[in-house]
Order: sequence, then structure tokens, then C-alpha cells
Amino acid sequence: MWDAYLFEFVNFYLIPGLVLGCIYALGAIGITLTFGILRFANFAHGEIMMSGAYLTYTVMAVAAGAGLTLHPLVAMVPAAFMVILLFLGTDRFFYKPFRKEDTIKVVMASFGMMLIIRSAVQVIWGPNQIAFVPGIAKPNAWLQSFTGDLGAMIIMPNKHLFIFAGTIIIVIALGYLLNRTRIGKAMRAVSDSPDLAHVTGINVDKVINATWIVGGICATAAGVFLVMDTQTLETTMGFRMLLPMFAAAILGGIGKPYGAVFGGLVIGLAEELSAYPWIGDAPLLSPGYKTGVAFAIMVIMLIVRPQGLFKGRSF
Amino acid sequence: MEAYLGYFLYFLSLLTVGGIYAILALGLNVQWGFAGLFNAGIVGFVAVGAYTYALLTTAESTFHLGGFGLPLPIGMAVAMLASALVAALIGLVCIRLRSDYLAIATIGIAEIIKLIFKNETEVTNGPRGINKIPRSWEHFSEERFYSSWPMSWFGTPENWDAFFDSLPNWYWQPLFAGTIVLVVFVIYKMLERARTSPWGRMMTAIRENEPASRAAGKNVTRRRIEAFVIGAAIMGLGGAFLAQHLRLIEPTNTFDPSKVTFLVWVMLIAGGSGNNRGAILGAFLIWTIWSASELMISGIIDLITAIFSTMDASILQTRAGFLRMMLIGILMQVILQRYPGGILPEVRPASPKADTKTADTTGDTQ
Repeated sequence: MWDAYLFEFVNFYLIPGLVLGCIYALGAIGITLTFGILRFANFAHGEIMMSGAYLTYTVMAVAAGAGLTLHPLVAMVPAAFMVILLFLGTDRFFYKPFRKEDTIKVVMASFGMMLIIRSAVQVIWGPNQIAFVPGIAKPNAWLQSFTGDLGAMIIMPNKHLFIFAGTIIIVIALGYLLNRTRIGKAMRAVSDSPDLAHVTGINVDKVINATWIVGGICATAAGVFLVMDTQTLETTMGFRMLLPMFAAAILGGIGKPYGAVFGGLVIGLAEELSAYPWIGDAPLLSPGYKTGVAFAIMVIMLIVRPQGLFKGRSF
Repeated sequence: MEAYLGYFLYFLSLLTVGGIYAILALGLNVQWGFAGLFNAGIVGFVAVGAYTYALLTTAESTFHLGGFGLPLPIGMAVAMLASALVAALIGLVCIRLRSDYLAIATIGIAEIIKLIFKNETEVTNGPRGINKIPRSWEHFSEERFYSSWPMSWFGTPENWDAFFDSLPNWYWQPLFAGTIVLVVFVIYKMLERARTSPWGRMMTAIRENEPASRAAGKNVTRRRIEAFVIGAAIMGLGGAFLAQHLRLIEPTNTFDPSKVTFLVWVMLIAGGSGNNRGAILGAFLIWTIWSASELMISGIIDLITAIFSTMDASILQTRAGFLRMMLIGILMQVILQRYPGGILPEVRPASPKADTKTADTTGDTQ
């Protein structure tokens, strides 16, 4: 049963797909929340993710200068605060003036923000690639021997375990926030119907700030997980992630955080599995076209079922 | 004299590139200014135009498909057609969607187009790109043009060779810049005609109030696809001129979304969306600011490195380019918030039946 083919399939296609899916899922949560609550497609989301990763790198470098070796997951916490401030600042100065106007103006403003943030990162950290964690990630020895004894060897570096654990924790925390707390319920209410929410006395401004905070935490986590996986910091990675994240948000249904998680996993798996040699020996789709898979799924969804799989909002 | 020639050539290159951007901005004006379609993937249509032109007009080459060596005007016409065809396909699928989705879809299409150009190495030579693209007017001095018809009817290759040797080596520059300015003018005239025609007024109606124009029996989807396709065709032509100007195109750096899509958007918004004259003015103005700031920044860098001798000039130089991009982004935000109409705000064409008094207040009927 656990032959060479299945071993290759699980370890080289399925697990990387899930890892990528987790990263897309976290990014898509922020996109779907802003799309649902503020009603615009935030093009700057990918760049915010990228800046979160760079800030984490800086926090780690500063700590290393002081003689402390921080794990990225620890360094992520102060970075997330800075990203939240960045989000709130952007909202205050660039998005808020257009709140009463046509949505397309905000989309345009976010389009401009995308470039401003990327250029700022390029000015501060330079345009070249930076090694995030040097060295080759070794597979987790315990997991390898344990699953090897069971006859289904799984090769997984620690970084992937951290990414899975981190994603699960964040998604559970998000579920608690949205279903159990007052502000979370208010967020869902605004997402469903802003006018009705306003009439019932929900403070929409507070909800918007909460959206940016939740989106900022998820975006930082997604950015850090991405660089933990690829081990290099690049200024273009935010833009590269943008399309799959939009695809994930649309697939899951706009305004549905769980839909976004599901959509992210589907898109991540689809991208990786599209390169698996399903028919014959050659990859089904040349790996160069991975991004195209996410896009194709998105276009098909927009034509067939624009409200997404989980009955999100369709505009 | 030499110094003046330098200024003259700099002015011509400003005119050339500014003109290419003006063509792109006019194309975007049809899509966004007339019909309100948010196209965030300008770079995709430009790339299609540029690659089509390059493949059709270059000399036979082993690196990429063909090199069909066709006459330049045919290359430009097919570039427009190819770009329009891509736009028609996208339009049929995505035009019904709300503007946000259209923006996402177009940004995606642009990335896919670049991906195809990068991966289909057999056709496009992949990341190494296509070079030796013939440039209008300059191409006459290439051997393969003057040794074949129609140029061979007027003189032997030796005569032509001697003739081009007698010209200064920048002889083509004023002609190329002039051609581009002429093309900008022709497109401008055509679009002005379209804008004041019933078609243009219907476009404005659809943009401003879709349900009302639908109720008045207008075919909204069809009109939108028309605007999208016409805009894309103009962008394809701009792409063909860009390929001529650069002579070497490759998928990643030539077609950088921030330098094409974004700059064109800033130009249109600064000049005034919906106003063709505004689009042209914005293109030349922003391009002048953009290239003048390059000179200014390199001057500042020289100053800084002279004062702080420990600073590395090369690092500053690479980063200064990004600083420039950031400042342009901030400029766009300021214009969006403070002057949403741009420098030349849109003037609505008045109905021909309106009497002259109202025509004066609502706009010109030219």
C-alpha cells in the first residue's frame, strides 16, 4: 500500500500543497474579511504580508545583535503589532477618506498602497533576496522514524510542523473570536448587512478597526510562514501571493473566513498537485504554470458560482 | 552646438516615451474614463502587442518562433488585433462582474500572459527575450530592408549604404518621435469623435447609471465589451511602439507591472480621467517628472557621496529608483483625495439638440 509512488505523492506533493494551502488560507482570511466588511478588494494585502515577514526578520536580526536567538514565531509577535499599526495607519490616511464614496476609489487607493509599501520595503531593505534562515531544513527525525515504523514514512521538516500548528491555532482562535465574542459577532453582522448592523447600534468604526487587527495578525503569520517555508525574503513575494489569495477568498465565498481557509487549502493543493505526473511520467502541467491554476479556478468560480462554495456575498 | 544637440535628443526621447505612454493612457481612458472598467492588467495587453509585433517583424531567428520579417505597419496592425482578441475573450467572461472582480481578473490575466511568454521558450525565447526588433525609420538603414523591395526599387544597396552613411546617426530620432506624436494625435481625434458621438454619450450614461441605461434599452454588456476591446487595441499599438523603442523585450523587467500599469494609471488620474486631452497631458507631465527626477536624484546622490565618503553610491542608486516609485505612489494618493477630477476634469458632451446657452454651461459640442 505504502509503495514508492504513494510515498512520493504524499511527501513531495500533498504535504507541500497543504503547507502552501495554510499560507494562502491565512492570507485569504484577511482579504475575505476586508472584502466582506469594508466591501473592497484590498490589493495591498499581499504587500502587507511581505512587510510583516521583513519586520520579523528585522526583529530577529536586532535580537541576534543583542545576543538573543529568537524563533520566527516569537519574533512574529512584535512584527504583528507593527503590521497592525501599518494597517490602521493606511486605513486612517488612505482608505477612510473614500468610505462614503464609490468603492472603486478605495480599490484604486489600495492599488496605490500596494506600490508604496513595496517601494518602501525596497528602499529600506534593498531589492535583493535575503536569506531568512540559512541552511537546509532537515526532516523531523522522530516523525520520520515513528511513521517509518508504521510503514508509512513521512518526511517533514520542523518548519512545516510549525506552520501547520500555527495555522491550526490561529484558525481556532479566529473561530472563538467570531462565534463567542461580542466584537466577533458584530463583525459577522456588519459583513452580512452593514445597514442593519448600524441600526442595531453596532459601532461600525470599531468593527472596521477589529477587521484590520485580525487581518494584520493573519497577514503577518502568512508572511512569516511563507518565508519560513521558502527561507528567502523577496520583495515580489507579496504580489505573487495576491492572486492565489483572491482566488481562495472567492472560492470560499466573500466574507466567510472558514470558506477562505477551505479555499486556501484547495488552491494550495491544486497548485502543487497540478505538477504531479497523473498521466504518464511527465508533470500534468509544467510547474511554471502553477499560478495559472489558481487563476483558472478563480475564473471558473466567478462564472459558475460567484457567491463561492459557502454562499458568500456576491457583488 | 554639441551640447544643444544633446538637449535636443533628450527632448526627443522624452517626446518618444511620453508619446508611447500617452497612447497607453488614451487606451485606458476608453476603458476607465469612458466606460468605468477598472483594468489593472494594462501590462498584459502591452506585452501581447509588443510580442506580436516583435515576432512578426524581426528577421528569421533560431532563438524564437519565426522572425517573419513582415513590413512594420502589418506588425503594428496585427499587434492591435492580437491585443483586441485577448481583450474580447476576457471581456466575454469577466465584463459582467463588479469592478473589483474585473480588476482582480485583469491583474491575473496580465500575470498569466507574462507567465506564458516566460515559459514558452520555443516561441518567445523565454526569459532571454527577443532582440533586434526593427524600429520605425531606423530600420531603413538595416541591410535586410534596403536590399529588398520597396527600397531596392529606388536605389542599389550600395547607394543606400552611402546615403545612410552621409546622415547623422540620430537621423531617425526626430522621425520616430514625430511618428509617435502623429499617432497620438490621430488616436486623440478619433476618440474625441467617439466621445461626442451618440456612442460616447451612451457610454457615459452606462457608466453613471447602469440600471437607467438598461431600462432605456441599451445593450450594456455589449457596449462595455466594445470599450474594453477598443482600449486594449490601442494599448496593443502602444506595446508595438514600446517594443520598437526598446528593441529588446523580455517578460519580467520590460513588463514590470509597477512601471507600466501603475504609471499609466497615475498619468490618467493626474491628467483627468474621461478627458482625452487630460490623458495626453498627464502622460507627458508624469513622464517628464519621472525622468527629470532621475537626473535630480543622481545629482543628490553625487552630493551625498561627496559629503559622506563612507556611503556606497551604487546601493543608493538602486534604492533611489524605488524611492521615486514610492513618491509617485504618494502623488497618486494625493491627487485621488484632493483633486479627484485631475488637472483637466471631464467635460460632458452636450446633446446636439440642447440650445447654445445650456451647451455653454454643460460642455462643448465640438
